[in-house]
Amino acid sequence: MTQYLTLEFTAMVTGFALMIIGLWGLLTRKNLIKIVIGFAIFDTGLNISIISMSYLKNRTAPIIDKSIDASNTINLFVDPIPQALVLTSIVIGVGVTALMLAYVLRMFREKKSLDINSYTDLKW
Amino acid sequence: MIKNGLIFLVLVGFTVILSGLLINFHGSEQLNPLAGHYVQNGASEVGAANLVTAVVVTYRGFDTLGEVTILFITAAIVGFFLKARKEDENRERSLRKTSEILSTASTLLVPTIFMLGVYIFMNGHLTPGGGFQGGAVIATGMVMIIMSRPEVKFDHGIIAWIESTSGVGYVIIGVLGIFLAAGFLDNHVLPIGKFGTILSAGVIPLIYVLIGLKVGSELTNIIGSLKETQNEL
Repeated sequence: MTQYLTLEFTAMVTGFALMIIGLWGLLTRKNLIKIVIGFAIFDTGLNISIISMSYLKNRTAPIIDKSIDASNTINLFVDPIPQALVLTSIVIGVGVTALMLAYVLRMFREKKSLDINSYTDLKW
Repeated sequence: MIKNGLIFLVLVGFTVILSGLLINFHGSEQLNPLAGHYVQNGASEVGAANLVTAVVVTYRGFDTLGEVTILFITAAIVGFFLKARKEDENRERSLRKTSEILSTASTLLVPTIFMLGVYIFMNGHLTPGGGFQGGAVIATGMVMIIMSRPEVKFDHGIIAWIESTSGVGYVIIGVLGIFLAAGFLDNHVLPIGKFGTILSAGVIPLIYVLIGLKVGSELTNIIGSLKETQNEL
């Protein structure tokens, strides 16, 4: 049991829980803005779980300064690659969210409704 | 009823997939070889104290160029979709007067926020932060301007000019790397300098200043476009 009470495991559970909540919101909400919010929550959960994978016990952020022994960095630092990937992922997430909100505004301009059930053009 | 059942099935299936990942997950004790190389040689090869910056700007600089491109395309599409209709463009909106607290706070805070943003992207190779974060901070300053003075109109021409100049500058620095250094987006175009000072790590500070300006102007552009749709009835 104690193997599951670590920091990285807790972060990963939190990330997965946020992903499931976001997917639930995506699938069940009727309001377009709330669907976008569900997507943003999914995105956040994904980022948290990627970061939790890069964590190594008792290590510090990969920034070299005076308090770090520069010759022993391989035993002191966490993995910098997932952090760089999440930086990319956050920026892309912002872009996707802005784009979806722009689509929502555009759709609202056409039909004056935010309810997804009033958009039946692609239903058969 | 069937629909709810299907949604439930999708959620349960997704949970099963994720719990499979979770049960087999165990934190590792050692860095993998690639990360080990970056952590051990990042300081001597790239000269950046912040190794995440070394990975983002130099080792995986091509990714970052693509990321900046995606943000640019997003800003362009948002601007295209939310282009104000002719009759909405100059409509005067009757707005409630901005509260005293907000207008006073914004005159005090906006210059400070801009300064913090510039600090974050100029020191991206030394401290946590970088071009994207600094640009986002600058965009929050712009949001504050919009909130305290809703009648203010952004000049999209200047914003687009800053954005395209910094984008082109970034690509030019990358191409210079082919001729003056080891390859596209290599940071040895300028001398590496003394480790840990602000003018070190080759072109990383320059690239991050350009990215900061670009991201700041792009996010401002998106926010400005979203704001202008409010003129619609």
